[in-house]
Amino acid sequence: MNSNQESEPARMKNSTTVERKSDREMVVTRTFNAPARLVFEAWTKPELFMKWWVPRSIGVALRACEMDVRTGGKYRLVFGQDAAHQMEFFGRYIEVTPPSRIVWTNDEGEEGGPVTTVTFEEKDGQTRLVLSDLYPSKEALDASLASGSNLDAMPETLDQLDELLGSPASLGR
Amino acid sequence: MVQYQTARLDASFAALSDLTRRGVLEQLGRADASITELAVKFDMTLTGMKKHVGVLEQAGLVTTEKVGRVRTCRLGPRRLEEETAWIERYRQLWAARFDRLDDVVEELKQKDLRDKRSAR
Repeated sequence: MNSNQESEPARMKNSTTVERKSDREMVVTRTFNAPARLVFEAWTKPELFMKWWVPRSIGVALRACEMDVRTGGKYRLVFGQDAAHQMEFFGRYIEVTPPSRIVWTNDEGEEGGPVTTVTFEEKDGQTRLVLSDLYPSKEALDASLASGSNLDAMPETLDQLDELLGSPASLGR
Repeated sequence: MVQYQTARLDASFAALSDLTRRGVLEQLGRADASITELAVKFDMTLTGMKKHVGVLEQAGLVTTEKVGRVRTCRLGPRRLEEETAWIERYRQLWAARFDRLDDVVEELKQKDLRDKRSAR
């Protein structure tokens, strides 16, 4: 069941491409070898989302993950080692259309947070995922890039993350 | 300071928005070249290439030096390092996330297959 844990030689991974589409927009593209409904499921169920949203390399723990994934619903992610050193990311789902499209706001900043749109486009059993961060202005995007975009800015390291990411798959539940 | 940096970034991104200019940077990454050589390489008029090099120079991505009648171009001190580093960092974050998402999706897929088999 856990044969694809990290200790195993990794399967060939599809590549992730990033493009600055315009002054205000960054676009990330990735293909998954699975139907859109499964990618959508992994994106929208908190217990699955928590497994992948915070990569090990970031070195921060995700302490709380509340997601009400439906149009008008809210989400809240809390990172950090304890209550005194935490950072919150939150916003609202503007549009949720299973299994093809999710749009949400990023409201944690004072202003200038992007609107993120992710689309899942299925073709021949594969899903092409396109994620777009659309900023209100060129300045907002430049500032975000210059600051190292969100999580990178957080130096805390946590064993908790390892525990979380290293735990046996609980997909059967 | 922040404004200065933003202005510099604007210039850099504007400079990088053009396919020819990105090609020129790539070319100069391999070897210095004169404007004439670049014009020939990219099949452009000398005037056209001068204009592109001017934009790159203004953004600090390229420096030029005139020796005799030849203007030699080379990568500027800033090169692409800052911009590419930022974009690359952003890419790495998403690549790391999506590689893990891939694992999660793969497990779902396997479970799906097992469910289908057992339903038969």
